[in-house]
Amino acid sequence: MSASHALHDDAALLRPPPTLQVHLRINGQAHTLEVETWTSLLDLLRERLLLTGTKKGCDHGQCGACTVLVDGRRINSCLTLAVMQDGADIVTVEGLADGERLHPLQQAFIDHDAFQCGYCTPGQLCSAQGLINEGQAHDRDQVRELMSGNICRCGAYPQITDAVLSVLRQDAGSPAGQDDDRGGPRHWTPGTVPA
Amino acid sequence: MIPLAFQRAEAVEQALAALSPACRPVAGGTNLLDLMKLQIMQPPALLDINRLPLDAIEVADDGGLRLGATARNADTAYHPLVSRDYPLLTAAILAGASPQIRNMASNGGNLLQRTRCSYFYDHATPCNKRDPGSGCSAHGGLTKYHAILGGSEHCIATHPSDMCVALAALEARVHVRSARGERVIAFGDFHRLPGDTPDRDSTLAPDELIVHLALPPAPQFVAHSAYLKIRERLSYAFALVSVAAALDIGEDGRIREARLALGGVAHKPWRRADAEALLAGATPGREAFEAAAERLLAGAQVDGQNAFKPVLARRTVVRALEAATAGTIDNRGHRPEAAA
Repeated sequence: MSASHALHDDAALLRPPPTLQVHLRINGQAHTLEVETWTSLLDLLRERLLLTGTKKGCDHGQCGACTVLVDGRRINSCLTLAVMQDGADIVTVEGLADGERLHPLQQAFIDHDAFQCGYCTPGQLCSAQGLINEGQAHDRDQVRELMSGNICRCGAYPQITDAVLSVLRQDAGSPAGQDDDRGGPRHWTPGTVPA
Repeated sequence: MIPLAFQRAEAVEQALAALSPACRPVAGGTNLLDLMKLQIMQPPALLDINRLPLDAIEVADDGGLRLGATARNADTAYHPLVSRDYPLLTAAILAGASPQIRNMASNGGNLLQRTRCSYFYDHATPCNKRDPGSGCSAHGGLTKYHAILGGSEHCIATHPSDMCVALAALEARVHVRSARGERVIAFGDFHRLPGDTPDRDSTLAPDELIVHLALPPAPQFVAHSAYLKIRERLSYAFALVSVAAALDIGEDGRIREARLALGGVAHKPWRRADAEALLAGATPGREAFEAAAERLLAGAQVDGQNAFKPVLARRTVVRALEAATAGTIDNRGHRPEAAA
């Protein structure tokens, strides 16, 4: 394979690592960084900037623990290179609270007992904020489906759904999520035929 | 990941001059970077195409839609013109991946994603797609995600996309450019069957760049379409079998035209003109649907653990056609009366 050829290419090993300059705004603070080109955004946040709230669960986009907001959109920070995010405005879990005042989602996760071990929680919180920004979830089934990119091995999904719904209702000022009780298909998921 | 040359393309012509087998374009990166971490793909150089003006979703001269190659899957699915005029595409995109990945993944990249065959991912097992000539480990193996149609002794991998199944049914065209010029590829000709060169997923040349997808006008299918996906968990999983079904039903209640594409069963979205022709003029119902399903699955070959797949596929075709007869499901979670 080409990988082993490259690893045995002494000339390649002796060359200085290729770097590029990136400008990033992270949790409101501007950064100009010289970054090795192959560095994932996740590794930049954790290893270089020591923002270790964002978790490396699987490093393959399967667990959602690395979810951050880039220009308000939730993404898996493990699946993008830092040099691809030049100019981006990034919010990590460290940037959600307003000083000592918790973000409404953080408070809701506490109020609804929406975690046990807490490892997935930073990703769940950023994902939930992304879900709210997207404006596509209005009831419990939609929240369940649109939070499905975040795995919780403790199985706190019902409480996470409750917490996200409670903030959605606050934001909308209306009983979003309570329309489950109006009848109609339940347990909706894309690609299935509603019963 | 090994040290990597990286450059940002500022103009399409600049990108076309740079592309080569050694220099691959990256937009979302969700599949390519993952495969690079696993050292399954190792391009020495990446070309970031995100600054190119290829992200528009706009009405085309023929009244159809042009979907930019770097427009994100989520932006495509939720675009008002897509969800109004091509609810089948919205439904298929939203059945795939996760919200985070749909926010990142580009339309062009969706077409170019690699198979999720577990042997392709496992360096310890031979794989003709990863390492041409080494053999295929999937035959007789763990094959629930593998092909039952169009496979070969060299490869029974499947294309993993949901979006592409709807694009096949909608007869999208793939517009590509290279330094040599432009060409338009019919969707059915974009992905290949494996034959004896399964390392080649598509007919795109290494110096070509997808610039946009063109959707022909399809108002006849807006009222009757469904994307039905069967998987092992309810969300965020690849398809065992999926079906894109679209019907044009006349005032006399008979089907004027039908489109039917299968995902999860072949190296490309699977269509058969003669299966769709069986539905033209038919009265919607189980008899006609089962006949079309039988034809679409003709020649299916099971291997290893996937003896269930032809049965599952036939039943899923029937259910998808029944759902499309009843109305349109766009997979946004609206109740049927709201979606109709």
